[in-house]
This record gives sequence, structure tokens and C-alpha cells, in this order.
Amino acid sequence: MSSDQISRDETLHIAHLARLAITDEEADLYSRQLSAVLAHARDIGALDIAGVEPTMHAVSMRNVMREDVVADSLDREEVLASAPSSEAGMFLVPRIMGEE
Amino acid sequence: MAIVDMAAREIASAVRNRELSATEVVEAHLSEISAHDREVAAFLLVLADEARHRARSIDEAIARGEEVGPLAGVPIAVKDNMTLRGVETTCASRILAGWRPPYTATVVQRVESAGAIVIGKTNLDEFAMGSSTENSGFFPTRNPIDLSRVPGGSSGGSAAAVAARFTPLALGSDTGGSIRQPASLCGVVGAKPTYGLVSRYGLIAFASSLDQIGPFARSVEDAAALLSVIASRDPMDSTSLGVGFDASGIAEGVQGMRIGVVEEMLEGVSSGVASVLDSAIAALEAAGAAIERVSVPAARYGLSAYYLIAPAEASSNLARFDGVRYGLRVEGEDITETYLRTRERGFGAEVKRRIMLGTYALSAGYYDALYGKAQQVRTLIARDFAAAYEHFDALISPTSPTVAFRFGERSDPLSMYMSDVCTIPSNLAGHPGMSVPFGPAENGMPAGVQVLAPALREGVMFRVAMALEAAASEAAVPEWAKAAGSGGAA
Repeated sequence: MSSDQISRDETLHIAHLARLAITDEEADLYSRQLSAVLAHARDIGALDIAGVEPTMHAVSMRNVMREDVVADSLDREEVLASAPSSEAGMFLVPRIMGEE
Repeated sequence: MAIVDMAAREIASAVRNRELSATEVVEAHLSEISAHDREVAAFLLVLADEARHRARSIDEAIARGEEVGPLAGVPIAVKDNMTLRGVETTCASRILAGWRPPYTATVVQRVESAGAIVIGKTNLDEFAMGSSTENSGFFPTRNPIDLSRVPGGSSGGSAAAVAARFTPLALGSDTGGSIRQPASLCGVVGAKPTYGLVSRYGLIAFASSLDQIGPFARSVEDAAALLSVIASRDPMDSTSLGVGFDASGIAEGVQGMRIGVVEEMLEGVSSGVASVLDSAIAALEAAGAAIERVSVPAARYGLSAYYLIAPAEASSNLARFDGVRYGLRVEGEDITETYLRTRERGFGAEVKRRIMLGTYALSAGYYDALYGKAQQVRTLIARDFAAAYEHFDALISPTSPTVAFRFGERSDPLSMYMSDVCTIPSNLAGHPGMSVPFGPAENGMPAGVQVLAPALREGVMFRVAMALEAAASEAAVPEWAKAAGSGGAA
């Protein structure tokens, strides 16, 4: 890895990928802070650990099965009551497709 | 003894024997909360009416001669990242303000079935990301032992509530030390069980492969009693191990036990905390344990691995907060702009930092070098612990390198992350760990000793904890409790 620095532009790009709107000043601050954390985390980059199996999860588990029985799920009206906007039993969202 | 000074098990037995009503118990704790939570700010929500109602129905059940459970009439505080159906649950985040979940967390169901009474929802660092509770989206919680200092975090509200005698029991969650570190800083007992021992259903996810719910109490036996109630198989959590926890035998002592002191966790420790650990070592030796230093070499890389893995998982888990199904929505021109604005307004700075860090660690070109390598380090940590446990029954270390710090003292994120250097390795390995108060250290502030054990060896861990507790000096209490002498609330 060449550099520990995350540039301001890179920070803006990451923020957009994560769907976070940030200001230019915030981009400067986050760029410095993220770079500092990553610089610390780079100490593992020096470890020679080729061939070591990664651990995704502390408990190695296979697929967990349950009996296929019919049971109640959450009440639809109660769930929709939490939504910022809903209509006819569905979540209502702003326009997703472009103008026709 | 004032009701608010009683242990959970004493309360339950007094309630069951009708020496005390559940209503009296709840009223005593509610009045302690109304007298002092303005200063401490442990609670985001006090469930006074609900708790009174529950207390009445427990008293009525007892009057009818019904079985009421092992925690009958015992108040319990719940960290506000666990759900109660119909009761506002926020994770101390503005993005969830006003959200009333349509379901109840399994742990809450279990404590209620055991007769406990949920008395309120406690403050935390937003989405459990932090080590001081300063990152709450609403207000910071203060340390009851010294109001100018932080309670630790992220379960700072739960730790403070127990230390302030607002409740004898509380539930917290621990992803990298979020139960143990605030327990240490507030002078109470806090335990993170083996990953999978306690159901996570209804715990709002931060880093799913690390998160685990556990107990806070003022005594080791109370913490064990609460753990035995919440440890269970749960079909709603596919990582649930399907075993329970049996608290009998935890008083058997440490005679003949081999206990290792983790060398890598002694670096950077304050002199006060180091001498607390020295006296703990002497106490365990006096109780018949053989103590030796042991190296767990990969533990020194725990912090680095954690700050890649936990943010990576968080960036994925927190993608669900998009203004569509629950919580805040800030309407934009189209759906993308709605996402951007909702998340900008709804999340605080630390949450944004971690989401960005995780997004970066998972992004193309960095995945192998960062996230992949961190997962390999996780394997090394588990191996090194396994090697240590060939020679030792349990391990000890300081819980946190320092006592509680002052507000604003750790504004640099990296210095805040260092608070969890001793606690993080057990989350990465999935092993249990707990903090037992053994202070005081600097400025008379509490300091805990951390006890670690192999997966599912909570019994051994609690035995060591009990031996430590038996030798520990008098627990720290808030100033107002000293002034009141043995008296509690007015």
C-alpha cells in the first residue's frame, strides 16, 4: 500500500458511496481523521500472514435450519405506522426513475 | 438498608416472601431517579407508568400465590439499542427519534418473564459507537462517582444507572468493550458473554459478528443471576448457540487455578490502574491461584483489526437507515438525494466517520489489504488465546488503561479508540470477558480488573471474578449516597 492518506476528493467519493452528504469543511476534517486511523491500522500490513485462514465469524456455523411451520409475522399496519410515508399497505418513496 | 442499596437477589427474595412489595421497590428507584438523574442523565426515557403497572401486576400475582420468577420485582434498565414493542427506541440517534418498534427483543422478553421490571431506556454513544457516551445524539451521560468525568461507553447510561443506584441491574451491549469499559469507569460489574450465548434478536446491529448483550450489576452474583436468565437458545437468532449459563459453582474459589496476566495489555496503562492490577494479582495468589505472565502476541494487533472489521460491518448494517421504512426522512428531489440528506441530518460525526471508514475498507482495491487482512489477524488472535489457554484457566488484565477521563479530553478519535485496547481482542475471538471493580486508582476513581476465559467458560470467569470481589476494597458510591448515609431516596 503506497500511502496512508485519504485525500479530500477520495473522502468526498467515499461519502457519496455511503450516501452521506458532507460539506467541504467536513471533507477536510474527515480526510485527516480517517487517514490517522488508517495509518494506525496499517501496522497489520507489515504482518507476514499469507496462508492464514480469515475468520469471518467467531463461531463457525453451517446453515441453520428450522422447521417450516406457519407462524404469525409482524403486523403490517404496525410496521407501516413507523414509516415516514406509506399508502395502500406499501412504503411510499420519492421518485426513483428519471423524468419520462 | 435502603431499598436502592439492595442487591437484585435480595430484592427478589424479599418480594417473593412478601417482606417488600414490587411497588415499593419501583417507587424507591423512581424517586432516586427523579432526585438525581437530572445530574447524571443516564436515562433517555424513564418508564415510570409502565414500571408501576408491572409492579402492581407482580404484587397481585404474588397475592394470588402464583410463581413470579427469579427476578421478581427487580428493576432493570435497558440500553436504548434494544427494542420494546411500542416504546421509543433510538440508539441515541436522531435518525431513529420517535421510532416505536413493532417487536420486543428476546432479552427483554426473558427478563420480563423472570419477573424483572423495565424501568427505563438508557443513553449510549450513538449506535453504540464510542467509549464515553459523549457521542449520544441527545446529551452526554455523567459519571455518578465524579460528575465532571465521562461514564465510559458505549453503554455509559446503563453503567451509570447501576452505579447511581437507579437500578440494581441493567443490560448493555459490547462490540469492542462497550459493557466492560464503562463498568470499569463507573465501578460496577459488567460482563460480555461468549458470542452466541445471548440472543441478539431485537438488538439493533452495529457489527454483527462482534455484538453481544450482557449484564451490569453491583455484584458478581447479581451479574451471574441476570446472565443465567438471558442466556438461551433463540430460534430468532441463527447465531444463538443453544446453551444456557448455570451460575451454581461460581463461589467455589480459585484454589489451584492457573491465571495468566496478559503482557500485551499492560502497555500504556496508568500507574494507578497498574497498581490496582498488582493488588488484584496479590489477592488471587492469596486465594490460592498460581499467577504468571503470558504473552498473547497477536492481541497487540486487535485495535487495528477491530477498526477495519467493525466499521466495515457497521457500514453495511447502517445502510438500512435510508428514510424509507422507519425513522427520519429528509425529502430530496429524488431517492438518492433523500438518502443523502436523511443520513446527513440523522447521523452524528462518529457514526459518519465509521461508515466512511468501513466503506473505504470494503471498497475495490483495498478489500484484500485491509478487511481481508484484518480477518486473518482475527484468526491469529484466536490462535494465540487458544495457546495461552493450554496453560491457563483464565487470563486477567486491566479493563481499561485509565480511569474515567474528563469531558472533551479525547476529542481525537484515535485517542478515544485506545480506551478499548484491552477489551477488543475477546470480541474478535468471540470469548467471554468481564470487568470487576478493584479500585480506586487515580483521583479516587474506580478501576476494574478484566477477567477473560475461553468460549463458554463463563463459569470459570465468574469464579475468578468472585474471588476478586471478595478481596476488593469498598465500592465507590456517588456523593449524594455518602451524604445520605444508609438512607436512600427521600
